[in-house]
This record gives sequence, structure tokens and C-alpha cells, in this order.
Amino acid sequence: MNFHLKIWRQRDADSAGQLEDHEARDIPPSASFLEMLDIVNEGVTLRGDEPIAHDSDCREGICGTCSLTINGVPHGNFKAGIATCQLHMRTFKDGETIYVEPFRAKAFPIVRDLIVDRSSLDRIIQAGGYVSVRTGSAPDANALPVPKQSADLAMDAAACIGCGACAAACPNGSAMLFTGAKLSQLSLLPQGQAERGQRAVAMVRQMDKEGFGNCSNIYNCSAVCPKEISASFIARMNREYVLSGLTAGLSNNPTRGNGE
Amino acid sequence: MSDLVLDSKIPSGPLEQKWDHFKLGAKLIAPNNKRKYTVLVVGSGLAGASAAATLAEQGYDVKCFCFHDSPRRAHSIAAQGGINAAKNYQNDGDSVERLFYDTIKGGDFRSREANVYRLAQVSTSIIDQCVAQGVPFAREYGGLLANRSFGGAQVSRTFYARGQTGQQLLLGAYQALERQIALGAVKMYPKTEMLDVVVIDGHAKGIVTRNLVTGQVSSFAGDTVVLATGGYGNAYYLSTNAKGCNVTATYRAHKRGAYFANPCYTQIHPTCIPVEGDFQSKLTLMSESLRNDGRVWVPKSRDDKRQPADIPEGERDYYLERKYPSYGNLAPRDISSRAAKEACDDGRGVGESGLGVYLDFADSIKRLGVDTIRERYGNLFDIYRTITGEDAYQRPMRIFPAVHYTMGGLWVDYNLMSNLPGLHVLGEANFSDHGANRLGASALMQGLADGYFVLPYTLPVYLASVDKKKASYTTDHPAFKETEAAVNAQLQRLLSIKGKRTVTSFHRELGLLMWDKCGMSRSEAGLREALQKIPAMREEFWQNVNVPGSGDCLNQSLELAGRVADFLEFGELMCVDALHRTESCGGHFREESQTEEGEALRDDANFAYSAAWEYKGYGAEPELHKEPLEFEKVHLAQRSYK
Repeated sequence: MNFHLKIWRQRDADSAGQLEDHEARDIPPSASFLEMLDIVNEGVTLRGDEPIAHDSDCREGICGTCSLTINGVPHGNFKAGIATCQLHMRTFKDGETIYVEPFRAKAFPIVRDLIVDRSSLDRIIQAGGYVSVRTGSAPDANALPVPKQSADLAMDAAACIGCGACAAACPNGSAMLFTGAKLSQLSLLPQGQAERGQRAVAMVRQMDKEGFGNCSNIYNCSAVCPKEISASFIARMNREYVLSGLTAGLSNNPTRGNGE
Repeated sequence: MSDLVLDSKIPSGPLEQKWDHFKLGAKLIAPNNKRKYTVLVVGSGLAGASAAATLAEQGYDVKCFCFHDSPRRAHSIAAQGGINAAKNYQNDGDSVERLFYDTIKGGDFRSREANVYRLAQVSTSIIDQCVAQGVPFAREYGGLLANRSFGGAQVSRTFYARGQTGQQLLLGAYQALERQIALGAVKMYPKTEMLDVVVIDGHAKGIVTRNLVTGQVSSFAGDTVVLATGGYGNAYYLSTNAKGCNVTATYRAHKRGAYFANPCYTQIHPTCIPVEGDFQSKLTLMSESLRNDGRVWVPKSRDDKRQPADIPEGERDYYLERKYPSYGNLAPRDISSRAAKEACDDGRGVGESGLGVYLDFADSIKRLGVDTIRERYGNLFDIYRTITGEDAYQRPMRIFPAVHYTMGGLWVDYNLMSNLPGLHVLGEANFSDHGANRLGASALMQGLADGYFVLPYTLPVYLASVDKKKASYTTDHPAFKETEAAVNAQLQRLLSIKGKRTVTSFHRELGLLMWDKCGMSRSEAGLREALQKIPAMREEFWQNVNVPGSGDCLNQSLELAGRVADFLEFGELMCVDALHRTESCGGHFREESQTEEGEALRDDANFAYSAAWEYKGYGAEPELHKEPLEFEKVHLAQRSYK
């Protein structure tokens, strides 16, 4: 298969960028999108030019490194539940023109070409996306039963791979699906109760501070999410946030848990 | 060849009590002194993140480095199936003893008893720790933890979180690490690749790194260096490892004096999606948990091109069930992989290339219903459909073995310290616990054991042994300047060649050779051929590679070039080790050493040792040091899974 590519090139965060034309020739239909770029980059290198910088690692949809906006859509597909690395060329039309850009969001500055800096997501986790448990201090794992339904729902949320496609797909550049997923996971489990209130407030505040926008119920986030994480976790996050404010006001104890 | 015996520093006393004895007698560092010690942790996967977080909790000054943009991206995240622990929650007869024995036997009696016993002992604490962190393990309706059985075990001791166990465990460790970063107890350096170890007076006292965004080469001084940088499966180019996985940190430490142990012990995983074409950049694993409910078969007759559904039951060869009736489809990885290769070599492979076997769920779907199968393996079936376009609920999966894990690694003693004092090595990067073959669901166990529960106890042994006042250095020490200069010189050399071949073309060429000659089966002739070809390949690389661009910015070709340059040296070491070990054991199958039935035949009289290789200079024959393996508890036996 052959494709005409329009690829975003940008030397670094401070330079201006532009779309550059590249031809992808003799691409096997079973090649992944990243393998197609590998083939293009081999050609670019042999011509003595600098290859197109793009991030990827596991290439099996779990590490969250790859982050391309393809024809305007983060990971290239609505409702497919895949990361860029799981997109195959057989899903494109032969001869098609394909636009390849980085994930675009205010909180994701461009590093080079198609690579963005997503450390803002790490800082949201730093604000409270954990259970404070010192190594070696845990009780027996079966000491506390967790209803299967809660554990399963927590796992649905925990499946997030932290790629940031949610924010890149959102017109507001909102990371509420990312944040809501982590908050929901930990608030659904008994282990997360002790810090439940302060966690919600801290993570939401950090999210705002990083420059992520608000949710206006468009649900692009869920539609591009490689793990098809439900937007209902955003509602859960909002509830967590409101409840934590209430308990903090009533008891002056923001760490007190709220029974689910 | 030297027979210098390595001191593994195994504590005295009976096996069951060694770890407790050690802990009782171990030196401690006072809380107010811990913060005076700087620990440099390189790598932030399961082992590195859990170690960095735990050491920071204890009060050490921790600096942690990873080449990813975030510690959450480490390849531990891709482990699918589960993590073993001797909890015996299923009341099916499991115990520390049994997990220990299974691991020793699974490793084909080529691992150190004391380490493996300790691993089995701490396995239970890992599950407690992870549950407390909020890891959403699978549960039964009563709310207690669910378990499944896994390759090479007859008990259900594997804990899992759908098909994403590695992800959930890594995120648990990552979150613990991020918490320490927020507290200021860990300084994290993402997008930073370690390019050398700084050795002062024979001790590892720092590292030299390159910032992958700015290109800046920098030095960091510490009281000890901890490498948790993963395995070297990408020496084969195609493997289930992530694209970024590499041998650079451990190999460069090796060049600075750390012995590399058993580099020929590589694991070929039996259940991966077959190769499609030469453009392919990596192979995808299908968790072997699938073998719990899938049946492996090939047609009985050669070159049978019928669709699987058209091949009647009587014309199928369920070869694992036939050859290994007691373990059947759950036979260990090395055995299952070789059996698949045998079937394909015999012309009975399936798929277009003939390099594949079927993994069939029809019986399980009939027995358990499609919903149960979907609940257990849904995401794996999805991955399979995404890649192949085929529906495994309707027709059997096609699978083939692929390089997956490397049991070899830097030699470490009981304290996880290399022969190079001050250098500690954790997780897949060390050689310690899996012998010649790793059992399923044991890598996550070992990575977290090392990071959460072993190193935090053993690190003080080294720290307390060194006079802190005399052995504290800053990056002003000339050794840092010299090492930095060497790193810069190599980067410049790579950039200055501007030859005619891409870095990837060399990597692919090396990988094919390694797969052919040092892969699922190895022979003297093949290994000698590889040992002829690799130096020539390396020569050409340094004459003719093209690394475009410059070093003062993000340059992925330059990153890759450094890693491939190391693979081009390291591949030779793998072959040297494979050639010297004329026995077969675990993942190392020498064609010259097999039983009448074609199983791996060990030679305990001559090879019951770990081979630790010392670097003697570029292109020079490495020197062998042996650590004899003494078995106090188990009897060496021909491994049988019949």
C-alpha cells in the first residue's frame, strides 16, 4: 500500500512547527502504524535527513508511550479501544493522505516533532493518586474482603494506561477521565478510604494547576481511550470532590472516609 | 580460564532459617544517618520503583533515573498473567517449600538455593503489600482473592488482575514512588539514560547519564548504585520486549568490572503471535495463562492446509497432552517452546509461514461457556483480534515461540551486590533466582521481592562496611571527568561515521543471527559460526553506520546506536557462554546434549555452576569465574513433566 503523509515537524518546544510531506511506499497491510513510520524513517535516514521523532515502547497497547494524533483523532480511531501502536495499515485506504500530529493539549508541551511532555499527568498522581502504605506494614491480603463488583469496577478504572489521549481529544484539554479513573479506583476499594477526601481535592487542584480544562460532557475522552474507560468515572470524581468538601466543612476532618 | 570461586555470601544455618538469621544479624543504619547516604537507582520498573520508594521511606537520599518519560512506562507493565505467592489461599497444598522446589526444578537446577528459598518466603508479603496499595486483584464472589494455576505448577498460586497484572503491580509501585517524589524523598530523572558507571578505588560510586531531551551528559555521585534495568532479550531484535529494552546499563557496568552471569540463559515463550514479515518491529505475547483453558495442537499429517475446523479430532495431534500427560498444556515454557519448534520442523506447523501451532479454546467454551472464557481472557482475545484480524472465539489462535525473558544477568551475591562493590543489581537485570528457565508469574514476584523486601535489608551490609568519611566523593573527582569524557567520545564517534546503513539494519541482522544460532536450540557449529560473524558485523557497524543529526538535542537514532553497539558486543558474550556450556539445561538447549526422547540433558558432574564472565577488553576472550551450586535441600534430578 502507498500513503501520502503530512507529518508535524518541530525542532523543540521553542521553535515553530509545520507539516512536512512524506511518501510511504510499499507498506504491507499488516504493518502497524508505527511500523509504517519505521519504514518511512529508514528511508529518511538513508537520505541523510533526520528521522521523524515519535514516542513508542511496548508496541502492544499497554505502556501508554505512543501518542500520535492521526487525521485529527488521538490514536487515530474513535470507539476502537486501541493505542496508536495497535492501529494497522489495513484499516486505511490505499493512496490515502494521512495527517500525523502530536497529542495536542495545553498541558502537553511539544518536545520534538511528534513527542510531547506529559509529566503533568505524573504530577496529578503525585498530588494524591496513591495509598500511603509503608512497605512491610500491610495486613494479610485476605484480611479485608472486597466485594467482587467493587473490585471489578476498580479494575475497569485502573486499566488506564496514562497516555493522555483523553486530554488530547477534549476541546477543553481536560484530563478528567485520567484523574477520575485513578480517584475512582482508589475510592472504590477499602484500602483507599483513609485518604479519600484529601485525595480528591488534591488531585483536582493539581489538574487545574497544570492547565487542564474542565469537562463539558462531550465524551471524546472515552471515545478515544485505548482502554475504553467510561466517562461515568468523571461523574464519580465530581461526587468525590463535592463529598470531600462537605465532610471537610462538617467535621473539619478532610481525611474522613465516606462509605460507598 | 580461572576457577576462582565467587563468594556468594550465603548466610549460615539451615535453608529455612537463613533469611531470618541474616535479618537478625544484619547491620542497621541509624535513622538519622540514612539521609546522609545517596542511593542512585537506575531503572524504575517493578524492581527499581519498589526499591526507590522503599529506600526513600526508610530515609535514604534517593535519586532515580529512567529513560522513559515517566516511570509508569517501564516494560514490567506488559506482564500479563500474574504473580506467584505461596499463600495457599486455595488450600491445595501450596507452601513456601513447594514454591521453592517448583522454582528450583523449573530453573532446571541451575539457581542458588538460598536465594530461591528467600524468594518463596517473601512472596506472601508482596501480595499483602500490593493489596494494601490498592492493586485491584481478581476476586471471588465472597470478596477474597482469586487464584489460577500457571505453567509449570500443579497448584493455584497465581494472583492476577485480568490480563494486566504487570500493569497493576507497576502502577502500585509507581504510585508509591510518586508519593516519595512528592515528599521530596526521591529526586526523579526521567528521559535520562545511564551510559556508564563510575568506579573509584574499585567501588561503584556514581553514574554518567545523558539527558535524552537536551543531550546533556552529566555525572551523579552516590554511595551506592542500584541497577534495575531489565533484561537483554532485544539482542534478538524481535522479542516480546518493548522497543526501548536494552543491555546498555548492565553491559557497561560489565565493562567496568561487574561479572555477567549465564548470558546464554534466555527464555523463549511458547505463546506469542507468529511473525508476519520482515517489517515487523516486535512480537506480542499472549499470556500463557491461556494454556489453562486452551489446548495446543497441530495436524497429525504434514503440510495439512485445511482450515482448523475441517480437521477432524482424530487427525489432530495434541502433542503436549500426548508427551507430558501429567502437565499437559501446562508444561513449562522451555519444554512447550521446543515441542512447538519440533512440530514445525517436522512440517506440521500451521499458518502461512508454517511457523505456528494452534491454541484451541473450543472445548473450554463448550465446558465453561463463552462468558467465562471472555471474563478470563477477554483482553487477550481482543489483542489477538487487533493484530491478526481473527476471532479466537470462533477459530483457534495461532501461536509460536518468541524471545521473552533473560534469566542471565549481572552476577550478584545473596545481598544482591555484584562482585563490583557498591553495585547492586535487581530484577531481570541480575541472574539470581530463575536458573536456566523461569516459571510463569515468577518475574513479577522476583522484581518486587528484590525491590520491596530484599535490597532494603541487604543494602546496609555494604553501606556499613565502607568508611563513609573516606569513601564519599563528589563529581569533581577525576574519575567522573574521565568517565564523562569516554561517554562523550563514544557519542561523538557514533555521530561522526555518517555511513550508509541505518542502526536498525544492524540490529535486525544481529537479531536474525542470534535467533538462528543462539536461539531455541544451539550447536557447536552454529555458535562458532556466530562467533565468526559478530565481530565482522561490529566492525562494519563502526565503519558504516549512519546516525543522523547531532548530540545536543533529542536524537532517537543516537540513543538506539549506543544500545545496538552494546548488543553487538554482548551477543558475542552470549555465544561464548552458550558454546562453553556443552550441556543442555532449561532455556539453553545444546543439540549435542539431549535424552533419547529429545529432552534437555543436563551434565551435573561438569556444569553445576553459574558461569560469571569477566570483561577483558574489547574483542578479547572474557574470563570465566565459577560459582559452584550446592544443593542442600533438593536432589538433582532429570526434570520430568510427564
